[in-house]
Amino acid sequence: MMKPLLEVEDLRVRFHLRTGTIEAVRGVSFQLGRERLGIVGESGSGKSQTGRAILGLTPPPGEVTAKRLAFDGIDLQTASKRTLREMRGGRISMVMQDPKYSLNPVMTIGEQIIEAYQAHAKTGRAEARDKALAMLEAVKMRDPQRVFSLYPHEVSGGMGQRAMIAMMLVTDPDLLIADEPTSALDVTVSMEVLRILDELVSERGMGLIFISHDLKLVSSFCDRVLVMYAGRVVEELEAKNLREAKHPYTQGLMRCLPTLANDVHPLPTLNRDPSWAL
Amino acid sequence: MASSIANGGGGHDALRFYLTKTAQFVFVLATTLLGLVAVTFFIGRIVPIDPVLAIVGDRAPPAVYARVRQELGLDLPLIQQFWIYLRKAVTGDFGNSVLTTNPVMTDIANTFPATFELATLGTLIGTLIGIPLGVLAAVKRGSLIDQFVRFIGLAGYSIPIFWLGLMSLLLFYAKLGWVPGPGRIDVTYSYLYTPVTNIVLLDTAMQGQWDAFWDAVSHIILPACLLGYFSLAYISRMTRSFMLNELAQEYVIAARVKGLSEMRVIWRHALRNAAVPLVTVIALSYANLLEGSVLTETVFAWPGLGQYITNSLQNADMNAVLGGTLVIGTVFVLLNLVSDLLYRLLDPRTR
Ligand SMILES: Nc1ncnc2c1ncn2[C@@H]1O[C@H](COP(=O)(O)OP(=O)(O)OP(=O)(O)O)[C@@H](O)[C@H]1O
Ligand SMILES: [Mg+2]
Repeated sequence: MMKPLLEVEDLRVRFHLRTGTIEAVRGVSFQLGRERLGIVGESGSGKSQTGRAILGLTPPPGEVTAKRLAFDGIDLQTASKRTLREMRGGRISMVMQDPKYSLNPVMTIGEQIIEAYQAHAKTGRAEARDKALAMLEAVKMRDPQRVFSLYPHEVSGGMGQRAMIAMMLVTDPDLLIADEPTSALDVTVSMEVLRILDELVSERGMGLIFISHDLKLVSSFCDRVLVMYAGRVVEELEAKNLREAKHPYTQGLMRCLPTLANDVHPLPTLNRDPSWAL
Repeated sequence: MASSIANGGGGHDALRFYLTKTAQFVFVLATTLLGLVAVTFFIGRIVPIDPVLAIVGDRAPPAVYARVRQELGLDLPLIQQFWIYLRKAVTGDFGNSVLTTNPVMTDIANTFPATFELATLGTLIGTLIGIPLGVLAAVKRGSLIDQFVRFIGLAGYSIPIFWLGLMSLLLFYAKLGWVPGPGRIDVTYSYLYTPVTNIVLLDTAMQGQWDAFWDAVSHIILPACLLGYFSLAYISRMTRSFMLNELAQEYVIAARVKGLSEMRVIWRHALRNAAVPLVTVIALSYANLLEGSVLTETVFAWPGLGQYITNSLQNADMNAVLGGTLVIGTVFVLLNLVSDLLYRLLDPRTR
């Protein structure tokens, strides 16, 4: 394998609250090249906090520690604020869950894309505008000129998420973190957005961290899968070897996937073992 | 409110929209004022105060009393009196004040600008200092500056304004001599300019009377700071809470993901959104001051509308009370309109 793009070793995220300390991420380690890594796990297992810690965007009472947290050889823990800011948006980017909340409601979509571009490329407004329009076209907007001047509330969820992707990819980053990018969309729209994401990631040869709680989706979309449970990685697998999962949690998740071929009634539920969380 | 303007690219739709809006506004203004006149008028006639006695005194012979009563039209049925009042009011004639003997309109043209000047300056101070302070408090939540803003907010609530006014006069006027005493301008300067708008700062500046201008500034600075302080206490507290709400939103995280500077995230993204509800808060605070803060005007001998209405009320000068109330009503409706327009301007979702 070539030199890894992202190295994470023993990443921990803790929230010190008045009621005690919550350990959201408890020693996650992985390496990533220009490949697609999926992170699955149930709600609250620490997937989002892992992604945010990489971007240095852990919310206030949170504390991040790691033996190593490096991007392209740059140590993110000791990097200056300025370097971190250049990384963010410029080289690492993130698509968030719901475009209804993650786009600024009082700025037009075009303005928001231009802003992302100009934060990293020192160019004039005209060029930034062309770039934004090209990006809107790249995410298959039917009428980029019109979408450019619309406000977020004036577009559908699918269009909003495609605008979000356009905004986050306009700087040509090396790594994209997609945190449940389609869970706020309905199925058909979701497929369309995934197809566009797939195409752009391949075209540009980016690394991708795809966060989801849909094991099937992740295994079809990614090369490798991390399974998280209660803040830990309980299993790491090649996506194609999913059937060989050893950890009972992963096996349980696999069993819960409904299939058309052998219809089981009632659908099996997942039995958790307290020892997995240790 | 979803409106028709979002989908219509045509100027026709836009024109229709603004015409409807204007018609709506005129209607609201008219009904509000009519209601206000009616309520004030009937209350004024029902209270057991005899306006005739207020004019002739209680030792006047019955014949004089009857004549004055007839002159005032008080012998007519109440409904007819109201109709006459209304017809005159539309032409700007609110009758004469018993107390000053001037037409009420003239009195208002003299006193309202004084209140307007003070309230505007107070609101400016409150807004220009209160917003940055509130933003800082929210951004540095729990820090010293946050404690400070919360303290100011609390103090603004609990310290009586007349006490603070008296104390500030005692300190800055009596002890330190930094500001001149009460009033709007020194008598020596008051002949150097001709009152046009009755807004002293504006009149003196437009006529190039800079000595008079600076004297007026030194007179207004203390009461304006006092009102500014109370407006600041309210505005900074509200800014803080609106900003805390915005800073927790996902789009703020998205803005950080893009690699924007923290300054830009706070002022361009979060504050632009917090500005939407802030408009209402500022308008409310401004309206409050425009009503004329009687206590401040009294302490600083400021000849404003608040004092005028209070004096008139105490002397059963009903024409003056009615006129003053109508002015305040109009100001409220106008401010409402302005804040509504600003709201639309700032929040695309309401267009
Ligand atoms: N701001 C916060 N303060 C305190 N605890 C937090 C905070 N944010 C997250 N946590 C804790 O971190 C844990 C992991 O959260 P995270 O958002 O990473 O879960 P997730 O795997 O992304 O779940 P989901 O599928 O619901 O998005 C949660 O259980 C929560 O208790
Ligand atoms: Mg999450």
